[in-house]
Amino acid sequence: MSQPILSISNLEFSYEPDQKNVLNAISFEIQPGTITAILGPNGAGKTTLIHLLLGLRKPLSGSILLKDKSIGHYSRKELSQWIGLVPQSEYVPFEYSVLEYVLLGRAPYLGPLDLPSEADVEIARQALLQVGIEHLEKRPIPELSGGELQLVLIARALAQQPKVLLLDEPTSHLDLSNRNITLQILNQLRSTGVTVLFTTHDPEAASLVANNLVLMRQGRVMHTGTLETTFTSQKLSETYGTHIDVIQVDGLPVVRSLEKLQ
Amino acid sequence: MKKNLWLSPIILILIPLLVFLISLVMGRYPKPLFMPISVLINDELAQRLVFSLRLPRLLSAMCLGMALSAAGGVMQMLFRNPLIEPGFLGVTQGAGFGAALSIIFLGSSPLLVETSATFFAVAGLLFSYFIARRIRFGGWVLRLILAGIAVSAFFSAGLGVLKYLADPTSQLPEITFWLLGGLWSVTWRDLFYILPVVVIGLVIIYLMRWRLNLLSLGDETAASLGVSVKTERTLLLGVSVAITAVVVSVAGIVGWIGLIIPHIARRLVGANSANFIPVSIAIGGAFAILCDDIARTLSAGEIPLGIITSLLGAIIFLALMISPGVRLKQ
Repeated sequence: MSQPILSISNLEFSYEPDQKNVLNAISFEIQPGTITAILGPNGAGKTTLIHLLLGLRKPLSGSILLKDKSIGHYSRKELSQWIGLVPQSEYVPFEYSVLEYVLLGRAPYLGPLDLPSEADVEIARQALLQVGIEHLEKRPIPELSGGELQLVLIARALAQQPKVLLLDEPTSHLDLSNRNITLQILNQLRSTGVTVLFTTHDPEAASLVANNLVLMRQGRVMHTGTLETTFTSQKLSETYGTHIDVIQVDGLPVVRSLEKLQ
Repeated sequence: MKKNLWLSPIILILIPLLVFLISLVMGRYPKPLFMPISVLINDELAQRLVFSLRLPRLLSAMCLGMALSAAGGVMQMLFRNPLIEPGFLGVTQGAGFGAALSIIFLGSSPLLVETSATFFAVAGLLFSYFIARRIRFGGWVLRLILAGIAVSAFFSAGLGVLKYLADPTSQLPEITFWLLGGLWSVTWRDLFYILPVVVIGLVIIYLMRWRLNLLSLGDETAASLGVSVKTERTLLLGVSVAITAVVVSVAGIVGWIGLIIPHIARRLVGANSANFIPVSIAIGGAFAILCDDIARTLSAGEIPLGIITSLLGAIIFLALMISPGVRLKQ
């Protein structure tokens, strides 16, 4: 196995010093060029973990190494050239065009007083092409559908040309067709060498593309490992606190949760 | 990308310049409306009027309009809210309170009134800022907005008390007139007081105009794009408040420019702040000069500038909202 691109060890975090920890003893490693899904029920601490990985919040203890350097030792700008974020949702109060918006992804390579160059515009257009929405270039953001906005957010992160892409619940408010388009894009990204890490509460989304899983519940990592070893009825049931069956349909693992409702 | 006519530097410089030059020969001497060039060449009184009174006044009007529309545009982006106007963080109400306080207790010489107005405008901002830091809930934006509302209410109550205490025959009219805004008393000295702050502020805002887009995103996203959110936001906020505070301290409360002009600019060239900020500055300068022209030319007496900007601003705003093709944003 090659050297991990991200290694997280013994991470502890709480929002207020006197409150109980939101994250407890989180440890796992991410290999370059893989897709990892952080899977778990709502409130498991997945988004908080993403924020820590971005250096937006400081852990109480533990370490996050990017390559072999702690992320605290990267400047904001350096870090943004390494790691891109696709946020869960984004409220856009002004009517940017899609291209203008995606162009913001070039910020990590520009100084505070710079304007984006023609080359930056070209990279932004490539990013639109990569997610298949080049025809939306001139559309105002508020006119987009939920699925289109999701693709725009991914395109902006791609314009950032990150080596690691973090996505926070990228499929949670998409219909099945848009979910599959999004997952397909993640697959393509892996083939270009980008390391992908996404959170989801939907086991199916994870099973469709992830190589590795990190199962989280109440701020703890329950299980980690490859899809084959981790995506099991017993481990998923433990993580979600409800009975979950994993059945094979056409060679793909599919989950079924049929506990009787009261 | 398609070139937009509005963005050509020639238009951006030409429009305010043209309005400026026309306004220079506009007034009520020797007769209402335009002064013939021959009078300006031959009449010594006309020259004195144009160069010692009208010129500093027009330049101040231009600074006022440019500063308020730039600050308004910046703050709307920073607070991710298109309904923000630049004085809302306790700055406008603070300036009003400071001016009234000076008129009643210190004297009504322009220097005293301006200093006191600036002092309380800055105090208003600082109060808002420190109160916002102590509020225990909500994000940074919500906390500052709430603190700004509270501080503004506090100063406006104080202003009410001062108006109640003021001598109704001498001090009260003076306070009222100041609050309505105007540039009738502006001299070269006032201009030199505001000019350095406004010029430095506008240059910083102009240079960071693309960067401003990033600050209109959520904090997490902006940080993930390499922005030092706190530092850059504090810098731009500080600059915007500084230029607002100095122009308000000289001109009084001139409403609507900072709210309306950025909207008009966005209608013309889109939401990208790299484009709309320069347009906003250019139109703001021209609009303030135009309003001031009306204020000083329309009647023999002086009409307070705040009345004209509010009236014209409201008409233009409504026209903008009602005209076909304009959608209200969510």
